Amino acid sequence: MNHNQRDWEVHPPYLYPDYKSTVFRAPSKPLIPMKHTLSESTGPVYGQDSVGQFDNDLTKNGIRNGEPLGERIVVSGRILDIDGRPIKNTLVEIWQANAAGRYIHKVDQHNAPLDPNFFGGGRCVTDENGRYTFMTIKPGAYPWGNHPNAWRPNHIHFSLFGSNITNRLVTQMYFPGDPLLQYDPIYQGVPEKARHLLVSQFDLSLTQPDFALGYNFDIVLRGHNATPFENQ
Amino acid sequence: MTQTPSQTVGPYFAYGLSPQQYLYNHTSIASGNLRTSSTQGEPITIKGRVLDGQGNAIPDAMIEIWQADAKGQYNPTDSDFKGFGRFGTGTDPEAQFIFQTIKPASVDGQAPHITVVVFMRGLLTHAYTRLYFSDETTENQKDIILNTVPEERKNTLIAQRQETPEGIVYQWDIVMQGEQETVFFDV
Repeated sequence: MNHNQRDWEVHPPYLYPDYKSTVFRAPSKPLIPMKHTLSESTGPVYGQDSVGQFDNDLTKNGIRNGEPLGERIVVSGRILDIDGRPIKNTLVEIWQANAAGRYIHKVDQHNAPLDPNFFGGGRCVTDENGRYTFMTIKPGAYPWGNHPNAWRPNHIHFSLFGSNITNRLVTQMYFPGDPLLQYDPIYQGVPEKARHLLVSQFDLSLTQPDFALGYNFDIVLRGHNATPFENQ
Repeated sequence: MTQTPSQTVGPYFAYGLSPQQYLYNHTSIASGNLRTSSTQGEPITIKGRVLDGQGNAIPDAMIEIWQADAKGQYNPTDSDFKGFGRFGTGTDPEAQFIFQTIKPASVDGQAPHITVVVFMRGLLTHAYTRLYFSDETTENQKDIILNTVPEERKNTLIAQRQETPEGIVYQWDIVMQGEQETVFFDV
């Protein structure tokens, strides 16, 4: 085993019955361990050329006739490997609901208003220190059908590539002090000791005075310590 | 440091991760089409559905593929073939994923294969699998990874080659649960 295998003491299990959609979608047979080959120690590379001018500013990239509504926030953090080294020049993709808790997605029929000036998707590339920064609007909570009176806590979806395909990670960032976290089976599906890693921290140094509050959210990927094993 | 835990991609990834495929007004970094007219190699289409434990096709999965080029190179420096594709199952009427790509060559003595990553609502952590090719019987029999899979489950990783009027199609369903459950790897 490479020491940067997926750490199943922190990742949620496939089957978590409180989250109802897992019941018929979770793989039921044990995973088969795989040694890493060149296919696992490589991965797609998306750099600055995959990012458009306002892609890291969700308060601007969906404007049609005015400013989006809601609380402006800066969301920033570092992408690191498990040894604490920054992962530079890696693509970060995010998507989120608007301030009213409504996604622009056609499938979302929640009875809350769309914002004509907010799209909700963005991307950027980390800098030399592994840091990414987005300007956005604080997403609203919204109801969903998992169980009676179920509400998703405020969250932003993140998608990361890191240095190879085994570093691939899709996760969600939450906000400190959210009372809905204790009732959310998606968040609660994470083993207890690791849940706090999904909660961003209010960070005064990231705020922009007279303009926006700031939250820090660091993300740790596995890194590239895997040694491709010799063939035959 | 501790790895950041995974969370589900949820039902609303389309406008963030594959906006062009779903006709949102935003660019996509990747799509189901990996090749151009100048890409070297045998053009192929990979098609299939993602089936849940009740046998229903899942219309809100996102499939990503990662592959070598026709010379067995990842991230080749001598062409624009990126080798990465991403496709959501929400735009095809039969909830299929569809990739237009080229057949990869062997890498490091392994049988030709494609790394496949599966995301969906209801999957709290993404799943890794591999696609192999039905016309590579000899290579498949020697493959170091395929040979770690129990004999009776190997067929779940082998896409079936079909010659159709629109070209070579490899048909391959991803089965999340049950007798024919696709082999998923702890990568």
